[in-house]
Amino acid sequence: MESNHKFHQEKGFPWKHVVGLFLSLVLTAIAFWLALATNQPPAVIITIIVVLGVGQLLVQLYMFMHFTESDEKAWQVPTIYFALFIALTIVGGSIWIMTFKSLVA
Amino acid sequence: MSGIVNWAVHFFMLDEGPLIWLSDFLIGIASVGIVVALTYFKLWKWLWDNWLTTVDHKKIGIMYLIAAVLMLFRGGTDGLLMRTQLSWPNLHFLNADHYDQIFTTHGTIMILFMAMPALIGFFNIAVPLQIGCRDVAFPYLNAISFWLFFVAAMLFNLSFVVGGSPDGGWTSYPPYVENAFDPGPGENYFLVSLQITGIGTIATGVNFLLTILRMRAPGMTLMRLPMFTWSVLITSIIIVFAFPVLAVCLALLLIDRDFGSHFFTISAGGMPMQYVNLFWIWGHPEVYIVILPAFGIFSEVVSTFSSKKLFGYSAMVVSMIAIAILSFIVWVHHFFTMGAGPGVNSFFGVSTMAIAIPTGVKIFNWLFTMHKGRIEYKSAMLWAVGFIPNFLIGGLTGVMLAVPPADYQYHNSYFLIAHFHYVLIGGTVFGVFAGLYYWWPKMFGVLLNERLGRWHFWLFMIGFNICFFPMYFLGFMGMQRRVYTYPAGYGWGVINLIETFGAVLMGIGFLVFVLNILWSARYGERDVTGDPWNGRTLEWATTSPAPHYNFAIIPQVKGRDAWWLMKQAGESINGPKGIPFKPIHMPNNSGRPIIMCAFFFIAGAGFVFQWWIPAIIGLIGVVVTMALRSFEYNDHHYIPVDEIEETEAAAGRL
Repeated sequence: MESNHKFHQEKGFPWKHVVGLFLSLVLTAIAFWLALATNQPPAVIITIIVVLGVGQLLVQLYMFMHFTESDEKAWQVPTIYFALFIALTIVGGSIWIMTFKSLVA
Repeated sequence: MSGIVNWAVHFFMLDEGPLIWLSDFLIGIASVGIVVALTYFKLWKWLWDNWLTTVDHKKIGIMYLIAAVLMLFRGGTDGLLMRTQLSWPNLHFLNADHYDQIFTTHGTIMILFMAMPALIGFFNIAVPLQIGCRDVAFPYLNAISFWLFFVAAMLFNLSFVVGGSPDGGWTSYPPYVENAFDPGPGENYFLVSLQITGIGTIATGVNFLLTILRMRAPGMTLMRLPMFTWSVLITSIIIVFAFPVLAVCLALLLIDRDFGSHFFTISAGGMPMQYVNLFWIWGHPEVYIVILPAFGIFSEVVSTFSSKKLFGYSAMVVSMIAIAILSFIVWVHHFFTMGAGPGVNSFFGVSTMAIAIPTGVKIFNWLFTMHKGRIEYKSAMLWAVGFIPNFLIGGLTGVMLAVPPADYQYHNSYFLIAHFHYVLIGGTVFGVFAGLYYWWPKMFGVLLNERLGRWHFWLFMIGFNICFFPMYFLGFMGMQRRVYTYPAGYGWGVINLIETFGAVLMGIGFLVFVLNILWSARYGERDVTGDPWNGRTLEWATTSPAPHYNFAIIPQVKGRDAWWLMKQAGESINGPKGIPFKPIHMPNNSGRPIIMCAFFFIAGAGFVFQWWIPAIIGLIGVVVTMALRSFEYNDHHYIPVDEIEETEAAAGRL
């Protein structure tokens, strides 16, 4: 229990969190608006949504997840590499696996 | 009026026949019985103060395990119903609908509501004690995780008697499970309750990852961690990366069903195969989530009952890390027959076979740990030794399934059923039983009876092999999974009858286990030393059950098998005599987790039945209870020195 109190604590008004919340809501809203209310070709919409998704990821990491804070060993670094590996595997793998659809459709 | 009656009859499934009436009756009796007993013995306050509001990892672990054993009973009953139905050609004990619902709930309950909570229960019971700390990193979050699992399990089980169970298999593949083919609340139960328990599981993963990285006792370096704790560390990492994929996958399907979108439909541009892809991106790591902690338990048990340190510690760690990475790049082997092409199938076939290498390393390490050890065949050790041949059979047939051309033959046949029951029962369930016998004294201060333990093991082991080994051959003979009956003349009848006999033996084995629990609670040998097995790791250094604060003074760790080293050196867990105690800082109990999860239940029921008012009320309740936590300033207390001295004196450690 003691070690809980070693974590970094923020002073003053939590601007970072408020801005983060606002940004993540806006990014989500844009994605919905693109999908529901515009008439762009799917490829364009998907590309923009991927970009928005990466933005969302950065907002989460920097605004909420204490990504830049560490008072001991930086456990984040190997974890982030592993996360990148998983993300690339899932996205790349899914695209690769699903290419057969264009052959059979 | 008759409209309402008709609706109610249908809603509560009273038109579905005697099995449902019997279930209604039993559920009613049990619920009324629990309420009456609690009221009669005036136990409500005790229940609330000691259990429902607890944030103590030891009690949360016990609650997880009780729930898991109950769910094992439910899932096992489903299994026996299926075996009864299949025991002879052309039986109509269950109709096709009921059979579909039962195999779906059997699979879902066994994986998500039995295996997961049982193993997470062991995380809770053993990890903080093994690394020498006083609770997990986030005790309050830990309570939320448990109650999320619990309400999800209740919601899922409710489907049996209210509205109808899901019937799309535990994998719930679209397009069948889309509204067009499978209307009604059944599949929503599956999607919503898995979503709720999944949130709890992610929280558990974060919690234990942080606990192990940040809260180890001084001197407990990563390479000195007990092997079970290592397995939990790796499992937590897999949980954190795999479960979000399940959450997304289930959410998309739920949006399809509740709000009419087309992610996985066959019309309007949906792609059902993408669901299969996403499901198994989670699904394959999931099988490692339920097997790695069992490996950890076997490592502890084998080493303790061979009176030897674990052979090949670093090889064990490296192979678990390798398994964790490989587990994320093999998922296509669950759907080779989808036809993604030779390139894709070869890649995933080879990566799947590669997993056999680290797993084989682990098997050899256990064998070499036993080699020339002084082996004591206590019940826990029996399960560990029984696991090795069973898991080997399951693992090797897994390699057979990994060959894509051959898989086109085995796919969805009873060969597959036999394979995954050999790894999931032979691995996970054997691990859970080994862990129960091993840590039971630490949980309750009582040893389980060895004689009944042996009966339990042998009945279960023999029954298991009689039930599942013939399934490999049945698969070759062409029997497919998920068929509710089959014609005579295929030669399947006798084999199925033998299997059913084996399943009954497993059921009797389980009853012996229940008898063992009841017998031991009353007559069992009390564990007065806290170290009944001459253990090696720190959980055996403290009393059974451990005091509320675990360790009066945080121990100094000098090597692997910390407690063994202390015993060799004649040291006390509290260090040299005369170190003064200091007040111990502990988290307060809180009723909010259970209340928050009750709101989750209400919201969940809303999403199941598409009742939007309860859904909104539930979600608002969740947000409000979550926000209220931020304004709670009085969330901890100190245990005074007098109380610590009293407890330690009673334990003979002063």
